[in-house]
Amino acid sequence: MSNAKAQKSVLWDWLTTVDHKKIGILYLVSGGFFFALGGLEAILMRIQLMFPNLGFVSAQTFNELLTMHGTTMIFLAAMPLLFGFMNYIVPLQIGARDVAFPFLNSLGFWLFLFGGILINLSWFLGGAPDAGWTAYVPLSSEYSGTGIDYYVLGLQISGLGTLISGINFLVTIINMRAPGMSMMRMPLFTWSSFVASALILFAFPALTVGLLLLMLERLFGATYFAVDFGGNVVIWQHLFWIFGHPEVYILILPAFGIFSEILATFSKKRLFGYSAMVFATLIIGFLGFMVWAHHMFTVGIGPVANAIFAVATMAIAVPTGIKIFNWLFTLWGGRIQFTTANLFAIGFIPSFVMGGVTGVMLATSAANYQFHDTYFVVAHFHYVIIGGVVLGLFAGAFYWWPRMFGYKLNETLGKWFFWLFLFGFHLTFFVQHFVGLMGMPRRVASYLPGQGLDSLNFVSSVGAILMSVAFILFLVNVVVSVKNKSEADPWDGRTLEWGIPTPTPEYNFAQTPLVRELDALWYEKMHGNGKLKAAEPLDDIHMPNGSILPIFMSLGLFIAAFGLIYHVIPVTVIGLGITLGAMFIRSIKEDHGYHIHKEDIKKEEGVG
Amino acid sequence: MKNLWRVLPFSFILLFLAGCGKQNLTALDPRGPVADMQHSLIGLSLLIMVFVIVVVAAIYVFVLIRFREKPGDNHIPEQVEGNKNLEIIWTAIPILLLIILAVPNVMDTFTLADTETDDDTLVVNVTGHQFWWEFEYPDLEITAGQDLYIPTDTRIVFNLEASDVIHSFWIPALAGKQDNVPGITNDMWIEAPEEGVYFGKCTELCGEAHWLMDFKVVAVDPDTFDEWAQGMAEPDSELIEPTEEVAAEGREVFEQNCLACHAVGGEGGNPQGGPDLTNFGERTVIAGFMEYDDESLEAWIRHPEEQKPGNLMPGFDQLDDDEMDSLIEYLNSLKVLDDE
Repeated sequence: MSNAKAQKSVLWDWLTTVDHKKIGILYLVSGGFFFALGGLEAILMRIQLMFPNLGFVSAQTFNELLTMHGTTMIFLAAMPLLFGFMNYIVPLQIGARDVAFPFLNSLGFWLFLFGGILINLSWFLGGAPDAGWTAYVPLSSEYSGTGIDYYVLGLQISGLGTLISGINFLVTIINMRAPGMSMMRMPLFTWSSFVASALILFAFPALTVGLLLLMLERLFGATYFAVDFGGNVVIWQHLFWIFGHPEVYILILPAFGIFSEILATFSKKRLFGYSAMVFATLIIGFLGFMVWAHHMFTVGIGPVANAIFAVATMAIAVPTGIKIFNWLFTLWGGRIQFTTANLFAIGFIPSFVMGGVTGVMLATSAANYQFHDTYFVVAHFHYVIIGGVVLGLFAGAFYWWPRMFGYKLNETLGKWFFWLFLFGFHLTFFVQHFVGLMGMPRRVASYLPGQGLDSLNFVSSVGAILMSVAFILFLVNVVVSVKNKSEADPWDGRTLEWGIPTPTPEYNFAQTPLVRELDALWYEKMHGNGKLKAAEPLDDIHMPNGSILPIFMSLGLFIAAFGLIYHVIPVTVIGLGITLGAMFIRSIKEDHGYHIHKEDIKKEEGVG
Repeated sequence: MKNLWRVLPFSFILLFLAGCGKQNLTALDPRGPVADMQHSLIGLSLLIMVFVIVVVAAIYVFVLIRFREKPGDNHIPEQVEGNKNLEIIWTAIPILLLIILAVPNVMDTFTLADTETDDDTLVVNVTGHQFWWEFEYPDLEITAGQDLYIPTDTRIVFNLEASDVIHSFWIPALAGKQDNVPGITNDMWIEAPEEGVYFGKCTELCGEAHWLMDFKVVAVDPDTFDEWAQGMAEPDSELIEPTEEVAAEGREVFEQNCLACHAVGGEGGNPQGGPDLTNFGERTVIAGFMEYDDESLEAWIRHPEEQKPGNLMPGFDQLDDDEMDSLIEYLNSLKVLDDE
């Protein structure tokens, strides 16, 4: 009886939490689930493409799989997983007790989750979206089934969550840094999270507008894109890529940040060329916005635009190159430890360079006419996104796992996982460069025998199977390592998050730390007693109350979306009513939070 | 000879790449000036990129071997802040490399966009449909479906259009792709110096049968092309009114069932219909991908949906065997070039 009650309260606690650490874990768990789902979709496609003319799945199902794989991996896996780390780690790295807006943080998560669930429900309710993750009109506006409605509304809801979270991180990083933590003393992960959040702030509105236009077109007969009524289909592509290209950097920059932390920690050196790294991050963020039309070289925007966007795109290679060399010189002269986390970071460098150079090749507009929409492109962006983002996520997982969950992942299993995954990854995607140039368009449900495409496709599928086996090894690792308790600072860390007890207290820092140098904890290890200096006396800590309202706000939009998809206006009204009602309650209810008393803190910290 | 070491890896890469894929399909074995230009640009970018990879790999391997932690090694490495000169070097060198690539690229981009026509140019309007290709020759007043006939050694300018969704027109061995965008007319040019049949594909996701939206480019010498165009414009009366008994019956079946969508010799068809069938008997494949034989043809006519999901042709399973046989015979007889 009492046991059941206790469990219920644990569930309630997680549903209502506004603690950035718990929200971070929620992001990781749900992002991990969607990652597995997207992986399953990928494996089904690779089985279908293992042999020519195979009827493992129908062409229609294949189009749904490829659309959902892309959508899921970008919006529901990669970004939330990065948000998971950002949520947990960024406040710790800047010496803060929480994010700027804890309630919004929770709202952002639940919006993402309900949006993700909505999109995936389409599998069971009349067919998933099938126009590619880019949903080009008019295929998506006039020639597709209700699946696209799920796509439009699901992404709208989860995109709203992303935008809210992005703004939250911007404010948090600007306002909540501990005393002494100037911008130029921020760890690179925080820096890159900051720039990524700024990109979210500018990029997501473009997506929102695009999706809104598509929604109006599909549900209410608007004609922004309908050519017969004076619409223009290229508008969608511009809006989508004005969002879509920065999105790549929203994903890769935090991953760059993770690598910067890990390479410095495990070579026992401060990051080489820190300020150059910061500026390179900013320049990449800026250029990321300026080059969207390189996705549209074959659309017919003319040679002048093509040439300008080609050169602007190539320019991104310069700050990226600066980063690569700075990482290499961080390792140079260091004492390199080959932990699993560091293996992922080291494995990232050549993998990502491969993806980067093919990026420059793709930017070559005249040659792009051959590359565009072929498997060459598929190979390129998987090199960037898996070789960069996914390796970064796994590196971050092995690195921060002890901080987040209090135990270390098994190193032996981790290394097996790393090698199998890396080998499978290169096997899958390296050959695809050639498949593309040999005449295989992307997004094809199958290919004909006798066109010289058979053997390399087979090799590619075998690689994909190896990657899945590797991922299962990771899941096993998560379970079997539970008893592998970790100390507070298992890696001899350099940044603030390693300077506090484990498990992380809910208030993070008993006393806000005083930051005296870059790599604050390392500095104290070298120049002090190894403990963070306090910037304030020990006192009561103010904490925000949890709230169930974010779930209801998200649930309301979720219900409203069903009303729109099936044209049942009352359902939409009820749904929006729930959301607005929850917002109203939030506005009128006084909520001053609560205090953790300093006596309790002393007890927990084991002082006095 | 001094430059040999620089040329060698380049030639090796191209040699290696040339061996890849099926002839007249792969972009790695170009058969015309446009694809050639793109191929050498790919080669140049590849050369620069391989150089970058080699430099990074060299530093990488050295660092990982030289600075790995050895057992019992507990030293604290010097905390180096950075190095301004190095930063300048690895900013400047990539910029130089990119300029080397950007200059020819910009020139080629403009060359490829130059689609001016003169009297010797052949203009072809290419329309993408779900899921087949229509080729209209405005100057010759003929329309063909699925098989694009072109004369060798002639500059050909395509005007690209789409009737429904976005398609993308790609003949890897002859030229890179351009999109067929509804409401917009794009253009591109090619030349095919060698006779042969080249493979073309649609590369923009356009629905269920996107992967089967293949077509063939048949490059023939200019005389044969003229003969073909002549035949398409004014098919001999034998074709319109077949003499052989069975084919005449087939013509009747065709008129009753197919003529509403498919034109033959300028008769029949409609703008939303299927491909022009004037020279159907000369095709090498059916519907862009099926082996051309009587069996496949019957399978296609009876149940096109099973062969190419999402295509708009209704099935004609109601035809009895005799009607089907004569229809196939008639279709086989649709030829505009003399058999030789």
